[in-house]
Amino acid sequence: MKTTQPTAGLLAEFGDTDALIAAARRLHAEGYRQFECYTPFPVEGLAEAMEFRRTRMPLVVLCGALLGLVVGYGLQYWTTVIEYPLNIGGRPLHSWPSFVPVTFELTILTAALFAVLGMLGLNGLPRPHHPLFHIREFSRASSDAYFLWVKSEDPQFHEQTTREALRKLQAQEVWDVPSEP
Amino acid sequence: MTDTHVQSDPSTEPRQTVRSVSQQISAIVLTEGPPRGWWAGFLVSFLLVMLLLVSVGWLFAKGVGIWGINQPVGWGFAIVNFVWWIGIGHAGTLISAILLLFRQEWRTSINRFAEAMTLFAVACAGLFPLLHMGRPQFFFWFIPYPSTTGMWPQFRSPLIWDFFAVGTYATVSLMFWYVGLIPDLATLRDRSRTGRGRIIYGFLAMGWRGSARHWKRYQSAYLLLAGLATPLVISVHTIVSYDFAISILPGWHATVFPPYFVAGAIYSGFAMVLTLSIPLRAVYRLQNFVTDRHLDNMAKVMLASGLVVAYGYLMEHFLAWYGGHQLEEFMLLNRMFGPYAWSYWALIGCNILIPQLLWFKSVRARPLPLFFIAIVINIGMWLERYVIVVTSLHRDFLPSSWGMYEPTFWDWSTYLGTIGLFAALLFLFIRLLPMISIFEMRELVHEHEHSGGASAEAGTS
Repeated sequence: MKTTQPTAGLLAEFGDTDALIAAARRLHAEGYRQFECYTPFPVEGLAEAMEFRRTRMPLVVLCGALLGLVVGYGLQYWTTVIEYPLNIGGRPLHSWPSFVPVTFELTILTAALFAVLGMLGLNGLPRPHHPLFHIREFSRASSDAYFLWVKSEDPQFHEQTTREALRKLQAQEVWDVPSEP
Repeated sequence: MTDTHVQSDPSTEPRQTVRSVSQQISAIVLTEGPPRGWWAGFLVSFLLVMLLLVSVGWLFAKGVGIWGINQPVGWGFAIVNFVWWIGIGHAGTLISAILLLFRQEWRTSINRFAEAMTLFAVACAGLFPLLHMGRPQFFFWFIPYPSTTGMWPQFRSPLIWDFFAVGTYATVSLMFWYVGLIPDLATLRDRSRTGRGRIIYGFLAMGWRGSARHWKRYQSAYLLLAGLATPLVISVHTIVSYDFAISILPGWHATVFPPYFVAGAIYSGFAMVLTLSIPLRAVYRLQNFVTDRHLDNMAKVMLASGLVVAYGYLMEHFLAWYGGHQLEEFMLLNRMFGPYAWSYWALIGCNILIPQLLWFKSVRARPLPLFFIAIVINIGMWLERYVIVVTSLHRDFLPSSWGMYEPTFWDWSTYLGTIGLFAALLFLFIRLLPMISIFEMRELVHEHEHSGGASAEAGTS
């Protein structure tokens, strides 16, 4: 798949997870930052080898939970005490114990919504088009193959030297990634 | 890491590889035609869905008078079935969320269809309160929104709590299930041979590529969702029990209700998972994924939760006696020896006596007796709700207002119809989506390969 047009980088296939982790660690040590690994299942230690240690997911979910908590309780307080006060058997309007179940449910609901939408948003999904989808062999990334993509944006990237570096790291095969039109 | 894996009994056959797992599970959806049993099962359940449509249509035309509900028994089958279905759903969340948090890796091969079961059970459960409303077209009055009437829902009412609990439960279950499916949808997209399959699965997979950063966020989100779903599932049946416990009716007004309802939900849910998985694994030859060890573990969970349920019954009786309240005492005696005594004793037989067979390893090791016991427990848990709803309501404070409850044809047809709907949705699910989580199986097999050495690779064909 040799093309003259500018490439979006190089895609390398590795034989197993250990080779992929070793390659990721080595590339990171050599100063590469714009590269990404693809595996058919979460591989322990791979993100760490790329020095990607912390995600903002817990913070996103905490924000969602707090939002649900405040809005859920506020909604019940405002409707029952201010907007539509009803005297039920002389009980106080602000009868907080009976507001607990709905507040709890809304806290969980918004936290879960933030977890799902936050995960998709931070991952940049949905994304129907992607340069890697042009490489036919990449379809095995969702079954039983392990890939590493060095992007051409990386300042370290140089087609010849990067290709040699990948070969030296036991890459089984290397493809040019066509850039998106 | 290796130590725990060597100790724990591998929950898959050792000759599985990352490739064979992807191949075997996705082939059920992509290449193999449905087996004959699928067509037979789908046909029967589809006919029952038609029965449901007729029943609901007739209900909309005539009103809830076509059911057996009356004064004093205003709750009848609709609430019995609602609680039964929602309880069944709880095992799916328990398996996928709580067992994930406890790192019980045997859950991997059953969590996907247990989650689907949850989703469809909650859909069936949600139908009943809507149909029971009398004016189902106004169901949205439950939702707090600024309307021209200037009125708002009554947040001190357990029925409103129930609406929020079930609504949240359905939404979170759907999201949990879908998030779990995304990587598998990508697998189906990439393995599909037809253009239509690639487009549909590709659309649903949302461009999932399995990048290491994505997996990291994905795992974090999945774990957080499990952490959120765990208290949620307990809160849902607790709030369902509040529908009863917050009232002042003898037989309902009991503080033991929330824990005993939650245990009952887990009990019935595991019974339903066994009822479904035993025939499924036989028809689709999935014994290498859903092993005898899975059945054994589920039977043990069922036995334990069944004992908690038995404790709940015991406490109900103890408190009626110890409380010394005349109405409570009468309610219990009426339950045991009154006109509905048959349902009470059948319940004790189904939920307490027969399941004691699960103590024997020889029973737990055989799929057929296990299947039979699971069905008995399903019936028992339905009877439990029947006993709670009907015997408590039919003879309340004043003998002059006593009455009897008889379900009509339409009660039964609606109930059977929802069983058909549940089964039909499950049949469509196992036809169109992977019923076992492929990527989690891959992960499990890969871990076993790594701990067991490279010998596992040799079996690849």
